[in-house]
Amino acid sequence: MTRVAIVGAGPAGIRAAAALVEAGIRPVLLDEAARPGGQGYRTPSPGLDLDMAALMGSEAAHHARLHGLFAAIHDRVDYRPETLVWAVDGRTLHVATQGRAGMVAFDALLLATGATDRVVPCPGWTKPGVFTLGGAQAILKDQGCFIGRRVAFVGSSPLLLLAALQYQSLGAHVAAVVDTTPFGAKLAALPDLAASPRTLRRGIAYRTKLRAAGIPVHDGAAPVAIEGRDGVEGVRLRHGAREWTIACDAVALGHGLKPETQLADLAGAQFAYDPVFRQWLPETDADGRAGPSLYLAGDGAAIGGAYAAEASGTLAAAALLADHGRPQPKATLRRLRQEVARLRRFQRGLARAFAWPAGQAAALPDDATLCRCEGITAGEVRRAMAQPLGPREVNRVKAITRVGMGRCQGRICGPALADIVAAAAGLDHAAVGRLRGQAPVKPIPLVLGAEPAG
Amino acid sequence: MVKNVQAGVGQFVPAVRRHGAPIRITVDGEALDARAGDSILAAVLLRRRALRRHEFGGELRAGFCLMGACQDCWVWLDRERRVRACTTTVTEGMRIDLDAPDEEPASFD
Repeated sequence: MTRVAIVGAGPAGIRAAAALVEAGIRPVLLDEAARPGGQGYRTPSPGLDLDMAALMGSEAAHHARLHGLFAAIHDRVDYRPETLVWAVDGRTLHVATQGRAGMVAFDALLLATGATDRVVPCPGWTKPGVFTLGGAQAILKDQGCFIGRRVAFVGSSPLLLLAALQYQSLGAHVAAVVDTTPFGAKLAALPDLAASPRTLRRGIAYRTKLRAAGIPVHDGAAPVAIEGRDGVEGVRLRHGAREWTIACDAVALGHGLKPETQLADLAGAQFAYDPVFRQWLPETDADGRAGPSLYLAGDGAAIGGAYAAEASGTLAAAALLADHGRPQPKATLRRLRQEVARLRRFQRGLARAFAWPAGQAAALPDDATLCRCEGITAGEVRRAMAQPLGPREVNRVKAITRVGMGRCQGRICGPALADIVAAAAGLDHAAVGRLRGQAPVKPIPLVLGAEPAG
Repeated sequence: MVKNVQAGVGQFVPAVRRHGAPIRITVDGEALDARAGDSILAAVLLRRRALRRHEFGGELRAGFCLMGACQDCWVWLDRERRVRACTTTVTEGMRIDLDAPDEEPASFD
């Protein structure tokens, strides 16, 4: 019997588990969260008067179906919630559950690790009251809370509109939606966006609804600073020569998503630079194969959204089964490949329409914090680079300045760091490298690592 | 310790009602009312504007990613076990410290 370990119980991981269960395999499904569903399709904490169907809107049926599927396979899966996979060593995963260390041996590994927000820092972004855009949605779905009384949604992402609408519909005051990308760039991306007309229509409907609710939507504006003494009191914006401040007590900040690729890195995946996403992405074939007995699915492989996550989870499981002597129906594989390719093409359109504002990242003022964990400014990075024989590659910059070496291990500041280094070195973004994944992929105390395996 | 923040006013605002049983926790020795199902971060930020002071610069912080990725919201339970406030649920009598104890914590979540 093939021992299969799946990391991540979001849409991709659950679909993959279901496909394996159907083939008579009992996979180990490891998830860091306490409840299944991943970030977008999360399960609220118990005891909340939260109407998830209303909150999920057009995605309510998908949300319900995924959780129904999980309930149906639950007793045929070795499901381990609240379990961090912190290292991959050969055919062994190192895990930690509530302070206890353990190991999970596998013959095949399927990573469905999802994504986190990608943010461009701005002066004042470390103040209490500034949260990631995904976090603003997560706290609403998980805890039934808004991040503030008067919330500005700032960045470059289609989710700005969705999150603002979710907040507005539940009674929050939305101060504004500020989208860095000019409207013209969105029009230019229409050919790729047409790959998923349903999602495109939904995006247009979000805009219409926000306008109807009287919420200002600013295209092409960028945050100059988040202002306030102890917390957030406003966000100062610039559009061309015009500068103005929007009063708010919270900011949701998000410039798209980035795959959580640290485990794929440790498991031996190769990475290639993607100029559209401006990210280094793990290389896979069309089915999700990333190496011997290594499969990647969902947003952790390439940003594709929840539908692509489900389809790619099923597809990666089919590839895994085929590689282990159980050929899958060709028509099914073809259909899934087409589905995943179409949805990921749509996401490439989104990455153009809601572009990562590289110039804004590169222009972060010298006195602004870049690395929020270690408290290191953009100026410290530029000064270190300006020294004789100063570093021009992100891992060297990290070693010398400690940027990206703190608690988050570069998850948050990594993308902006690459733009700052590229601009300061006069190099292409692709030429400054990527922060390498290192074990443990999230901080663990030394004593945990030293405990015998359970 | 987050002292100079207006008491009783939270950064977070309840969007819907929470039915969970009342739970008493202490934060840096100060009693705080929470409800079953609250994360530590929600319990604190529903009543305060910030969670902690940054260990290097001293400025106020309140977490950031709210999904277990950034680790900005570490707190300590019983002065030994380090957890993320955003992904840890409150339990009755939980004793939370916002600053790291002097020694390396013995465990984490």
